[in-house]
Amino acid sequence: MAVLSVNPTRMELTNLKRKLVTALRGHKLLKDKRDELMRQFLELVRENNALRIEVENAINEANKHMAIARSVMQNEVIDVALMMPKQELQLEIEQRNVMSVMIPSFNTKLRTSDENDIYSYGYAFTSCDLDDAIKSLSDVFPKILRLAEVEKSCQLMAIEIEKTRRRVNALEHVMIPGYQETIKYITMKLDENERSTTTRLMKVKDMMLAEAHGYER
Amino acid sequence: MNFHLRQSEKGFESFMYRIAVMGDKDSIYGFAALGLEIYPTEDPDTAVDTLKKLAHNDYAVIYITEALAAKIPDEIEKYRDRITPAIILIPGIFGNTGMGINNVKRAVEKAVGSDILN
Repeated sequence: MAVLSVNPTRMELTNLKRKLVTALRGHKLLKDKRDELMRQFLELVRENNALRIEVENAINEANKHMAIARSVMQNEVIDVALMMPKQELQLEIEQRNVMSVMIPSFNTKLRTSDENDIYSYGYAFTSCDLDDAIKSLSDVFPKILRLAEVEKSCQLMAIEIEKTRRRVNALEHVMIPGYQETIKYITMKLDENERSTTTRLMKVKDMMLAEAHGYER
Repeated sequence: MNFHLRQSEKGFESFMYRIAVMGDKDSIYGFAALGLEIYPTEDPDTAVDTLKKLAHNDYAVIYITEALAAKIPDEIEKYRDRITPAIILIPGIFGNTGMGINNVKRAVEKAVGSDILN
């Protein structure tokens, strides 16, 4: 591991030691964050997967009914039937903070109080397949909405997990070893300086003694 | 993150968002009855424009058919890291292309490093 390019001074050493402590603490915290995020993510993504399969099947089912409705009714009639929807749906979002990731949670509000009030047409000129199509969509709608919530959360968490993992790895494999190496290098350099100072002093002392008393030791 | 709570007369409180559905007309017509707003289009350019418009207005969830989404993947990618809108793929009448479930798998791969589902 490369030693950072710093002056081997005592001040640098103190700074580096402080940085190392921070880096170690950050590493531990981020690792905990990553683990917890991962645990929650896996739970969520399993739900996401199951929901998606269910929702896709239900929509396919609804589409089949729709196709039949289309084949027995004229296009214009269907268009007119669905032209003015009775329901209007509004969404309230709350944010939930999971390990510093903001994930949404949805609350729906319908315009009419009766949630079964979905047929925007009289039944006289429409096929019952259209009713079936709309009914099956409406039945699965809470799940479709939950899917949106879960899938978005999964996406957001996946991004955050990736970021956190990169940070953990950078700290673990680059920053912390770098600091440790540099601290070791500076310590050794300082020790070496100290030793060379000692020997120099001893040598000077010898020379001075030799000069004053005229003898070699 | 571009998500924020709008300010109303009573101070900060949650704001009502709407839900849109995009795709070819036949696939999404049924959703209109549920109270969702539908934006029928099959043309990629129109779809990009509509998507931009919806994303910058108060649409929190945009359902889009897989067939249409396949035509504008880059545009959809842009909103992936934002809290709103959530762009969710749904199968159209031409059947299920598996694109939606692949997206889930991609998220797992991104987070975990490999696909551990199934």
